[in-house]
Amino acid sequence: MAKEAKFCPGCGYPVVLRFLHTILKDKKLDKKTALGLDIGCSLLAWDALPINTFQTHHGRVVPTMVGLNRAKPELLSIALVGDGGAYAIGLQSLLWAAMRNDPILVIVANNTVYAMTGGQMAPTTMIEQKTDTSPAGSDQPPVLGPELIRGLSPKAYLARAAVNDVKQLNEYLNKAIEACQLGNFALVEVLSFCPTNWRTKGAETNERVEEMKRVFKIGEF
Amino acid sequence: MKTNKKQFLTGAEVVVRACVDAGAKMMFGYPITPGTEILSHWIREAQSRLIGGQADKSLKYLQTEDEIAAGFCMCGAVMAGEKTFTATAGPGTVLMQDALSMADGMRLPVVVIVVQRGGPSSGTVIYSQQEVNLAIHGGNGEGLRLVYSPSNLTELYEYTRLAFNNAWKYNFPVIVLSDGFLMKTRQLVDLEKIKIKNIETEAIISENTQKNIRNIYTFEEELGEKLARDKKDFEKMAGEVIMSEVFCGRGQVETCPYEELVIAHGIVAGAAKEAVNALRLAPLAQGKKVGLFRPITLSPFPAKELNELAKQAKKIFVVESSMGQLRDLVKQNLEVAVEVSGLYKPAEGIESEEIVKLLNC
Ligand SMILES: Cc1ncc(C[n+]2csc(CCOP(=O)(O)OP(=O)(O)O)c2C)c(N)n1
Ligand code: SF4
Ligand SMILES: [Mg+2]
Repeated sequence: MAKEAKFCPGCGYPVVLRFLHTILKDKKLDKKTALGLDIGCSLLAWDALPINTFQTHHGRVVPTMVGLNRAKPELLSIALVGDGGAYAIGLQSLLWAAMRNDPILVIVANNTVYAMTGGQMAPTTMIEQKTDTSPAGSDQPPVLGPELIRGLSPKAYLARAAVNDVKQLNEYLNKAIEACQLGNFALVEVLSFCPTNWRTKGAETNERVEEMKRVFKIGEF
Repeated sequence: MKTNKKQFLTGAEVVVRACVDAGAKMMFGYPITPGTEILSHWIREAQSRLIGGQADKSLKYLQTEDEIAAGFCMCGAVMAGEKTFTATAGPGTVLMQDALSMADGMRLPVVVIVVQRGGPSSGTVIYSQQEVNLAIHGGNGEGLRLVYSPSNLTELYEYTRLAFNNAWKYNFPVIVLSDGFLMKTRQLVDLEKIKIKNIETEAIISENTQKNIRNIYTFEEELGEKLARDKKDFEKMAGEVIMSEVFCGRGQVETCPYEELVIAHGIVAGAAKEAVNALRLAPLAQGKKVGLFRPITLSPFPAKELNELAKQAKKIFVVESSMGQLRDLVKQNLEVAVEVSGLYKPAEGIESEEIVKLLNC
């Protein structure tokens, strides 16, 4: 990955991209993949990897990849999307892709904020978390994506990992890709660093992810 | 569908025939009157199609969760190189703008059949020419879209065929603008006489590509340069695709100048033709030099053709089922000073008698 620099230092996205790329190469899928990006900080990955990659619109990467996959099932269709794109503006299409069991892989970077637009409240913002648009702290429980989808899509592969445990991240991404190859919908939510909007440094950033893990349970669902 | 010579078909059936014949393989859609039958006919066609007695399963479809998804699924499918379309109307045309805007930006060869209905809001479902602005300028960009306005079922077939060819040749979104009346109309049509050779598609993304494609630009100049290139391509395409018709009575040879020029598009142009015909034949109107100018492509607009006629006209009458969306297009493109008046009936049908009356005033 040559162009990491566009992400802020300490961002979680490049970690996800690096592992994804390695897995795709190991599986000899790097030439057989289409990576769609939502609009959010995911868009910064447009030229990060030497694989087919393109930007879409905010909340619309999932239906775009559904269409691409239906036209060309031989390509592994991956959607990289933020928590806002996945669980707010794009929730309807995400749920429907899961319910139809469209065999695409959705990777959701959960950083509990709208990072690209400067740290507004997201569907994943935790109770009492202060953001640009919840200055007094959020009073609403966050959306739990994989848990929500579980009841709607019996065949889907659903997991939640974190960028500070790359072994598990690696394992879940591998399993998710295999699930797609077997014809099933897969979603891996990744608890991801956003030191810029969290206004955290070094160990604090990691500590924030540990805090998140108390609300967002790691594991397969 | 079997190809007999003359067939009695509805507008929706004609659209499906045209899409199949154009080589379209996928439709994504969400039901909305008066465009729903396109989706249901396509699905029936996909399920029952036989080739040489064998079930042909090559046509695909998905009834999506909304028009936004239909539009973006279509964008994804064309990126993979599949001729794909959707059909929508009114509030659905509004929702479709998100995907159309991505297609504008990424130059995706999408085809959208817009079946206009009365607006604003859910309005009515039969007559309307109120989605002209949406079709051309509904996105947050510059309106570089190819928009056809057929006025009968044979043309609906022909321009839908052309829509696919030109989408894939020039990589601009193409919209075929029809309306509830045309879609429900059943007419005897001979589609076989229309011979159009399909063009091949090329996948934007495939196993053989390694592309990194963006639609967000870091610098203003980059986007400015991209738009300048798009505009240049659009103008080049304009020279090859612009279509219009001049009519001055059945069996009459085009005779310029027309002192009075009626301008109409779509099914209203059908009524305007009847009116021009009647006026030309009327004994009292002997010598009344009236003609019809009908833009077939509303975008790019046949400006040269319009000005050629307008130069010699004394008066222009715009007739449309809208409060002036066509008039505004005409005025934008007029380069000569000539009086423009008209008959504007938003979301209502227009009879030829009304046009005759207007011109006899
Ligand atoms: C239709 C639309 N609405 C709003 C925006 C502005 N916008 C861009 S990114 C974004 C939020 C991104 O948050 P998220 O999806 O969580 O991704 P992150 O940046 O946090 O990775 C918003 C609201 C947009 N681009 N398009
Ligand atoms: S704002 Fe946050 S999510 Fe976006 S690049 Fe910077 S650290 Fe990463
Ligand atoms: Mg986010």
